[in-house]
Amino acid sequence: MIRVTRSAVIDAPIGRVWELLRDFNSHSAWHPAVGESQIENGEPADQVGCVRNFFLKDGNHIREQLLALSDRDHISTYCILDATLPMQRYVATVQLKHVTDGDRTFWHWQSTFDVPRGREREFEELVGKGVYEGGFAGLRTFLRRGGVVSTGISNSEGMQGQAVIATAFGGPEVLRFEPASAKAPGPGEVRIRQTAVGVNYIDVYIRKGLYRLIEPPAAIGMEAAGTVLDVGEGVAHLLPGDRVAYACPPPGAYATLRTLSADQVVVLPDEVGDETAAAVMLKGMTAEYLLHRTHRVRPGQAVLVHAAAGGVGLLLCQWAKALGAKVLGTVSSEEKARLARENGCEFPIIASRYEFADAVKKHTSGRGADVIYDGLGREAAAENLDALATTGHWVAYGQASGPHDAPPDLSSKSGTLSRPVLFHYTADRARLNEMAQNVFLALRNKTIKAMLSHRYPLAAAADAHRDLEARRTMGSVVLLP
Amino acid sequence: MIKVYTSSVLEAPADTVWAQVRDFNGLPKWTPFVAESRIEAGLAADKIGCVRNFRLKDGGTIREQLLTLSDYDYQCSYSILESPMGVSNYVATLKLTPVTDGNRTFAEWWAEFDCAPERERELAQQIGQGVFQGAFDSLKNLLRK
Repeated sequence: MIRVTRSAVIDAPIGRVWELLRDFNSHSAWHPAVGESQIENGEPADQVGCVRNFFLKDGNHIREQLLALSDRDHISTYCILDATLPMQRYVATVQLKHVTDGDRTFWHWQSTFDVPRGREREFEELVGKGVYEGGFAGLRTFLRRGGVVSTGISNSEGMQGQAVIATAFGGPEVLRFEPASAKAPGPGEVRIRQTAVGVNYIDVYIRKGLYRLIEPPAAIGMEAAGTVLDVGEGVAHLLPGDRVAYACPPPGAYATLRTLSADQVVVLPDEVGDETAAAVMLKGMTAEYLLHRTHRVRPGQAVLVHAAAGGVGLLLCQWAKALGAKVLGTVSSEEKARLARENGCEFPIIASRYEFADAVKKHTSGRGADVIYDGLGREAAAENLDALATTGHWVAYGQASGPHDAPPDLSSKSGTLSRPVLFHYTADRARLNEMAQNVFLALRNKTIKAMLSHRYPLAAAADAHRDLEARRTMGSVVLLP
Repeated sequence: MIKVYTSSVLEAPADTVWAQVRDFNGLPKWTPFVAESRIEAGLAADKIGCVRNFRLKDGGTIREQLLTLSDYDYQCSYSILESPMGVSNYVATLKLTPVTDGNRTFAEWWAEFDCAPERERELAQQIGQGVFQGAFDSLKNLLRK
């Protein structure tokens, strides 16, 4: 058994320190190693028995349960329930004592636990230095900064930046790079200095007016990464300086500065860079819900991925292959077929005029695809129905060739049709967080990797749209403010 | 029953501080108010149950009995047998805890006792600040040398 003890003196009255430490969920606000954290089942953070479910910024995932809390003795005792770290029987106690000489606080932090033989020193260091000493330093910094959980230091002024504005509905030429201001964050909001912006096909639909999510003139864009500048009242999970990303409506991400609802913003793990985040937040979470939620892909299933060399397509191929599926895909060129094959697509089909059903049936012994991930829309509808296996699942998540005229008649296949929308899945913050963390985990495990070969200055967003619509891009496209 | 609690941070490792304070007969060496001290009946100063008999610089005499001594927990408890202070059921504990951040010592000293209600405030002040904090301050000076 390992016992780790660390202690420190904090230059603040005990009431001030205890107010923070008695809140079992406050660690994400002050501990530099802790990322997203929440109390399960909406329980209060001072309810004995409650469970905090959190991620460390190094990507590890931990669930801890509050075992004892004493406002009289200033003691909090908790244990690990599950962790991605090989720690067993971890029980820790935090105790504060009043230093009457100078009205300061003595903080004692101790734990006992077991780890695999030979790794004792490594974990003594991780817990003692990384968690406890790191926590002392983090709390001191937090108190110096003002030390209020859930309120950052909000600058009341609007800040001047630049944004890409759709001046009317239409072609790429309607996009203009213009001065734009980001207002101070109101309650529940965050203001971000953006460093990388993701380009998605939905941006084209919005620019064209196909999805009426804006009324021109207005900025477009659904996805970006950057650094938190300030947060409004009631925001508990973000602090100025945090590296973050988001993928959500309303449009407006094509900007150097952005103020938006903090609910949709997640903290990035250290190893996920800003450009990678901008390249995979929306597309990665799309692949996550399509493969795990809309349809749960199982080993051996035949999966047809359209636009298999596109941003979402490549991620779908990589992830579906890792899940044990047989992956078929449609692409528009030899070069894209090669790329799709390198990314897990066993049977790339070059189908420039939406003709692929025969090839799909050929590669599946005539059965067709168990699930079709369809971002093509109207023009490919007849071929998709033909390519679908009996009792297959047709997941129509996009419509590059235009919206479907009417729901297809699936009775010939006893088929199921889904019309999922990412933002319905991410509307609930707990689920958004779960989806984002699954994407980060998949990146870390190398289950998926961002293919980022197209970078444009933010001011050249119109060029990025031209290339995307002309099918000249492969993988993800990002704009750099 | 009232309780008096005083604590401080000493700029030395706990081992160093403990070496100074564990001697039950050592008050004249590190407190400013004890003139001389002896252990009754020729017992060792770390024998549980021994009694220290000491004279204050202002003239009074106090007899205290050692109840607990822990080299493992850096902790010592004692009771007052006789004193001019007007207290009864007086038990005090002195405890040291290492502060790993900076290799310093968190020192606590508390006492519980009964006294006449009108004297509670005066005695709490006298014991908490006059005796315990006074001794800590003296110890800080000593450790600085």
